[in-house]
Amino acid sequence: MVPKIKKSYSAFNLKIIPALLVSVILSAQASAEVEPIDIASLKQGLDTVWVLVAAFLVFFMQAGFGMVEAGFIRAKNTCNILTKNFLDFCMATLGFFLVGYALMFGNGNSFWGTSGWALSGLAGETASGIPVFAFWLFQAAFCGAAATIVAGGMAERMKFSAYLIYSFIISALIYPIIGHWIWGGGWLSDMGFFDFAGSTVVHTTGGIAALIGTIILRPREGKYAIDGKANAIPAHSIPLASLGVFILWFGWFGFNAGSTLSVGDGFLIGRVAANTNIAAALGGIAAIVTAWKRFGKPDLSMAMNGTLAGLVAVTAPCACIEPWAAAVIGIVAGIICVLGVEFLDKLRIDDPVGAVPVHGMCGIWGTISVGIFGKDALGLANNGFIYGGNPMQLGIQIVGSVSAVAFVLITMGTLFKLIDITVGLRVNREEELRGLDIGEHGMEAYGGFQIFSTS
Amino acid sequence: MKLIIAYIQPHKLNDVKKTLYKAEVHKMSVTNALGCGEQLGYEESYRGIKFEVNLLKKVRLEIAVNEDFVQKAIDAIIEGAKTGNIGDGKIFVVDLIECVRIRTGDKGKQAIG
Repeated sequence: MVPKIKKSYSAFNLKIIPALLVSVILSAQASAEVEPIDIASLKQGLDTVWVLVAAFLVFFMQAGFGMVEAGFIRAKNTCNILTKNFLDFCMATLGFFLVGYALMFGNGNSFWGTSGWALSGLAGETASGIPVFAFWLFQAAFCGAAATIVAGGMAERMKFSAYLIYSFIISALIYPIIGHWIWGGGWLSDMGFFDFAGSTVVHTTGGIAALIGTIILRPREGKYAIDGKANAIPAHSIPLASLGVFILWFGWFGFNAGSTLSVGDGFLIGRVAANTNIAAALGGIAAIVTAWKRFGKPDLSMAMNGTLAGLVAVTAPCACIEPWAAAVIGIVAGIICVLGVEFLDKLRIDDPVGAVPVHGMCGIWGTISVGIFGKDALGLANNGFIYGGNPMQLGIQIVGSVSAVAFVLITMGTLFKLIDITVGLRVNREEELRGLDIGEHGMEAYGGFQIFSTS
Repeated sequence: MKLIIAYIQPHKLNDVKKTLYKAEVHKMSVTNALGCGEQLGYEESYRGIKFEVNLLKKVRLEIAVNEDFVQKAIDAIIEGAKTGNIGDGKIFVVDLIECVRIRTGDKGKQAIG
């Protein structure tokens, strides 16, 4: 019985295949006759999908930041840091919707845009032909990334209400103005400054804001002894932090490769993605080797910071460099990151998760590296310094980076000072010792688990 | 009645339980403890900073026994926990004034038994 059924089944199959083929061909022909494929709208559709997929990946990086920061701090502040991570994306969306996008990409002067408030009165598509709402979502996710970097640097002691105010203002005003200079047709882009996906716009902004914030906020209780020696305040969940770094690395492919904003040039997307991965990997290797040599053990937290440092650094140059240069940029970033962590401890600047070395220092390094390793054959205005010794592009990159750092230091410094004298920037000592989870939110991150620690 | 308090290496707990059972000591309380003696703790580092002396993870046993079981229990703990290295632990024996079983209200020798 069984073979017979099988036979009749296969005969049925054989009969139907030609019929299917014919009908597929006919229907394809028919649709071609009725509705000819419009290459322009097909291209726009593909570009839109690409930009949106990238936007979703960049959005997912928010989860990465949340896990890294939560993992690197103590259990008693976990709920607080995650609430900050969650709400800063909400605030960034609001700020970038109402004001930020208009300041960044609206028509205006060399310093800020003045049209498109609350996304109204905009043309349907951007200059490169992407629907403006898709482009907005992509850019809003970037804005959220810049805002959330600061949460880590100021973790375990910053008031939640102060954080809400800060995150709205950086996304509505500070980040978009720097963005306009570089990506919105402002004075730096006129000069030929090159920041492909945001080493300056996103990472230097976030990292330097974290630096000035943590200086004004002062170190955590117990971080530095009276003689100035640093105490270790160990991470409460290395597994969470590792998951976060993997999510960030994954999302970064959207961050950088998506910044092509178009699927037209596959070679460009390929180069960007490959360079991104090479710099990340080499950053991790360089950081763990440096930590191993200096501290005697291969510290995973440093390897993870080093990978992020490589990613931050390669974000500006990834479109205009050769892969070997991405490797060099990643290695230097990994080393900068470890030395940066030590250096901050020497200055008694308490940055619990390494936001300043990773995003601030390596954002600056990545921006400058464009002027060293960039190639005009790959779309840069001038060749980098190593190709013929022309210092022009290097000079432009330094001017851009220094201006962004100065602007953030002044504006964010003022903002944090204002918040400090109005609503207050820091929780009181008793609340800090007990943990911000209970003091600020009245709840614990790990309800039902006994978490006992003397730090 | 005596209360025997012993601090042992965590990985020797199973051996100690076995030797105690062999000596017919079936009742004990076990808690996690932190401490250091001759081992002087150990060093850990995080992001380039060495920790100050770190307490070691130990296990604390509490066993209440009648007089005739004191030496048996001590011998059993030593048999199970001894490796000959520093860090094997310590045993303290203290006088126990009273013991009450909550369920029945039994006191003294009966309650321990």
